[in-house]
Amino acid sequence: MIITCPHCGPRDLAEFSYFGDATATRPDPSSTDQDAWNAYVYDRENPAGEHREYWQHSGGCRGFVIVTRNTLTHEISDIRLASGTQARRKRK
Amino acid sequence: MAEYSAWQVLKNAVTGNAGWRPAWRKPEPKPSYDVVIVGGGGHGLATAYYLAANHGFTNVAVCEKGWLGSGNIGRNTTIVRSNYLLEGNTPFYEHSMKLWENLSHELNYNVMFSQRGIINLCHTPAQMDEAARRGNAMRLFGVDARMVMPDELAKRVPGLDLSQNARFPVLGGLEQPRAGTARHDAVAWGYARAADRRGVDILENCEVIGFLRDGDRVTGVKTTRGEIRARKVAVCVAGSTGRVMKLAGIDRLPIESHVLQAFVSESLKPMIDTVVTFGGGHLYISQSDKGGLVFGGDIDGYNSYAQRGNLPIVEDVMSEVVALFPAAAKVRLLRSWGGIMDMTMDGSPIITTGPLPGMYLNCGWCYGGFKATPASGWCFAHTIARNEPHPLSAAFTLDRFHRGHVIDEKGQGSFPWRH
Ligand SMILES: Cc1cc2nc3c(=O)[nH]c(=O)nc-3n(C[C@H](O)[C@H](O)[C@H](O)COP(=O)(O)OP(=O)(O)OC[C@H]3O[C@@H](n4cnc5c(N)ncnc54)[C@H](O)[C@@H]3O)c2cc1C
Ligand SMILES: [Zn+2]
Repeated sequence: MIITCPHCGPRDLAEFSYFGDATATRPDPSSTDQDAWNAYVYDRENPAGEHREYWQHSGGCRGFVIVTRNTLTHEISDIRLASGTQARRKRK
Repeated sequence: MAEYSAWQVLKNAVTGNAGWRPAWRKPEPKPSYDVVIVGGGGHGLATAYYLAANHGFTNVAVCEKGWLGSGNIGRNTTIVRSNYLLEGNTPFYEHSMKLWENLSHELNYNVMFSQRGIINLCHTPAQMDEAARRGNAMRLFGVDARMVMPDELAKRVPGLDLSQNARFPVLGGLEQPRAGTARHDAVAWGYARAADRRGVDILENCEVIGFLRDGDRVTGVKTTRGEIRARKVAVCVAGSTGRVMKLAGIDRLPIESHVLQAFVSESLKPMIDTVVTFGGGHLYISQSDKGGLVFGGDIDGYNSYAQRGNLPIVEDVMSEVVALFPAAAKVRLLRSWGGIMDMTMDGSPIITTGPLPGMYLNCGWCYGGFKATPASGWCFAHTIARNEPHPLSAAFTLDRFHRGHVIDEKGQGSFPWRH
């Protein structure tokens, strides 16, 4: 698998670390809604197909990217920088 | 008299082997059953067998989308052990071990269970302490365990690099002498045959493509061979759990699907007569009766249904084999493959009633479910028959994540890709 880092270009999978599902939204830190926290920590959609996920280019620029990858074929259809995505989502 | 015996082998040898029956029938699906089991892997077949043998349920069907043995039951590295630490785990896996010890006899089928022992190597004083603690915990539960020191290792595992120049010098290890390996396909075939002889219908090439529902209640399955009604539907599909449960409208579970690779070398003369695991990295290696080294390491580490792995793990595992057994550097690899497993958020399995009425779920075996096959079937059959957990699997219900009672053997939290 080759992942194209927006900073560094196409690099081997071995340079990257996986950080999991990028679709889960963290509940508000002051939230005491136990179900919401449980769902965030434990429950996953786990799709067979397109999956949005965090990777870190740990062997390169160390930046975090959001990769859209097909879990059946490993085909990557989109890569973008992760920085600011959480913040942007919150402002909406 | 048992169908398979020395006498039958002799008799058939002189009568042209014409007297053998197929190991299981190929029946047409009936319109309805008491229990339909989705997934004809080791766990599904063992469940069917114990439903019949322990609970008198014989109007049972097992729906398998492919052929028996096409899933993880035929893909694993065949290691059987019960060297666990935590309370929820140890009695369950030890019950499994006891069932293994009598399995060939019970099923009248040689599953080639070989109690060759497993040795977990330690490379730091802290690992030695941890091993001693684990060994003591095991012995408190009545499980066998002993420490082994380098002088014994030199005799027991001759090719092992015990020099001080090793990247991770070996200080000793923890052995479970009763652990070992079993012929994985034979486990599926043995359970299938024993269940079939008690009336269970094994429906191969019968993929479940939907569930019949009456409101919330599950009342059967839609399959590629037609609709089948059932009083109880038990799902037992290992790495396909996410996909199959979506068909029932369950969109989210504490599970991710990951690929685990395994490797077999060309045949060699006997060199490892036990199972060795490398605590400096993550490697488990044994030698099959045919002479091939059988080994594996970490999961690839990201969600996958691809049933094939990527090269970084291949390289990682090979380097670990060579670090432990330098002489293996010249050995050629015969083949490698991947299997998809459902990794749970705490690394422990799920055996549960629900999540919908009329439904029962057995999944989340991560990469250690082969050893569990007998106990999993035993406890799941009880759960289905009685509508309540078996005492030995009571800690594995789905609601543990919401109760906060996770069973995290590795103490790594909810990072399934790191287990
Ligand atoms: C490479 C590898 C090495 C491993 N090594 C070990 C080891 O050394 N020791 C150990 O204890 N464990 C090991 N494991 C784990 C172990 O193999 C599994 O946890 C265990 O086999 C899973 O249970 P099973 O046998 O029922 O699964 P499977 O055999 O996968 O059974 C599930 C079945 O469900 C069927 N199915 C899926 N979807 C449908 C559908 N829609 N309709 C009908 N049928 C369906 C599949 O075709 C499959 O046959 C390993 C796993 C892998 C992949
Ligand atoms: Zn980069």
